[in-house]
Amino acid sequence: MAAADSTAAIEAAYRVEFPRVVAVLASFTGDIGLAEELAQDALVDALRQWRHDGIPRNPGAWLTTVGKRKAIDAFRRDRVSADKYSRIARELQTLSPVDTDDPALGVVSSDEINDDRLRLIFVACHPVLAVPARVALTLRLVGGLTVPEIARAYVVPEATIAQRIVRAKRTIARAGVPFEVPVGEDRLTRLGAVLEVIYLVFNEGYSATGGEDWVRPELCGEALRLGRVLSGLMPDEAEVYGLVALMELQASRLRARVGPTGAPVLLLDQDRRMWDRLHIGRGEAALARADELASPRGPYALQAAIAACHARSFRPEETDWKEIVALYTELARVMPSPIVELNRAVAVSRASGPAEALAMVDVLVAAGALDRYHLLYSVRGDLLDQLGRHGEAAVEFERAAALATNGQERALMAERARASRALLAGEPHRTVGG
Amino acid sequence: MRFLGYTLANEAETPAAPPSPELYERMGRFVEEATKAGVIVATGGIAPTSEGARISLKGGEYTVVDGPFAEAKELVGGWALMECRDLPEAVEWSKRFLGVLGEGEVRVRPVSG
Repeated sequence: MAAADSTAAIEAAYRVEFPRVVAVLASFTGDIGLAEELAQDALVDALRQWRHDGIPRNPGAWLTTVGKRKAIDAFRRDRVSADKYSRIARELQTLSPVDTDDPALGVVSSDEINDDRLRLIFVACHPVLAVPARVALTLRLVGGLTVPEIARAYVVPEATIAQRIVRAKRTIARAGVPFEVPVGEDRLTRLGAVLEVIYLVFNEGYSATGGEDWVRPELCGEALRLGRVLSGLMPDEAEVYGLVALMELQASRLRARVGPTGAPVLLLDQDRRMWDRLHIGRGEAALARADELASPRGPYALQAAIAACHARSFRPEETDWKEIVALYTELARVMPSPIVELNRAVAVSRASGPAEALAMVDVLVAAGALDRYHLLYSVRGDLLDQLGRHGEAAVEFERAAALATNGQERALMAERARASRALLAGEPHRTVGG
Repeated sequence: MRFLGYTLANEAETPAAPPSPELYERMGRFVEEATKAGVIVATGGIAPTSEGARISLKGGEYTVVDGPFAEAKELVGGWALMECRDLPEAVEWSKRFLGVLGEGEVRVRPVSG
């Protein structure tokens, strides 16, 4: 049998087409759950037929045709649920008569496909869904990841992800979420929800919240892909480019972030020769595009600009901390949050010294919003170490270790606590890893 | 994962004429589609060896020879740097590219760095 017909090749072709096929079928039926089922049914047919006849020239059109035929057959059989298939009913009225043998049934213009893809992204990220549901649904239907892949990436049982997706589809159907791209006032909030989902996926790969691995580059890759697809579909949205820029620039540091034993390597300790210049180049290009499209910068573009400051410095000593402080100050203005303030404090410590930064952190501690956030304590610990207050620093790092949910992070915090205690005792201390 | 895909042909046999405007347009659309899918990172053509040079260092001495260089099969036509989940996906996209060309050979290899 020719290699072209093997299961692996068929599955690869299906994988490439799945997001587009699901989008078109979702538009056709108005039901994302049904669209997914139809796409999966089409795969079953494809595995059977393509092994026999070879992969067709246009696999996407083939799969879409089969999916639409199944939808039409189901509609004709099942007239009672006319609501569910109302879109098909409308389409069938305009397609006169529907020749399910017409091969053009599955041929959809690329503009229409792009419109459908964008609609699907907005539906999958709808605010009616809880955030974890949006993430799972987006990864499944827009990213085309399988349930086992998503479960592995998030280190949760497959059943959890499967249920999350089932419930999400039900919620979308019950809420009557229309299959369309939001316009008007709603658009900005809805776009924000989409960007949030993509960035959450990226962050889970960049700085994992669970499990024993510090980074999961495949998740960063998926998020980057989603971001790039979105920028292709919405080429005039500054913050989409801002997000892509941020992700590219952060992704450039992935290999340098992990030491040989899997331990995290903090930014200022990283071997910058390992920073990926291709990602940096694309990040800078995306940031430039964002700046062309909008001024002043939105939150993602600002965060990207901060990442760019680091990317442009070949050595930590070259970092323009004053510029970074200015960018954080601007970010705090457009997106005020205790976490932004914490990051601003770190930048201030580099630009102006630890005492000023510690004062800022103590304000955050008093406010209480971050009291379960492990990084609050590790930042405070680091500042105290810099001020020679090693006993207090050790306590902070121990608190951070107790709150960290990722195994590598926990180990790092525990190691910092030990180092601080060693300094307190006046012993010379060798740092592990780095 | 990153892959480098490149087209191969026997340079001596390959006609020197550039692709037809129609082919250029089809290729352009393919590149746009693959870029929008987040797959193509960078892509371009590559000039014939006659426009290039061959540099070697041996025993502490450099030798530079202007092209053409004759080899059994040359990197002719173009290259693309792709970001794909795995080799089967890179193969799938390479097949689509060949579909645009009509015929030819593409080799695809993981690259790092």
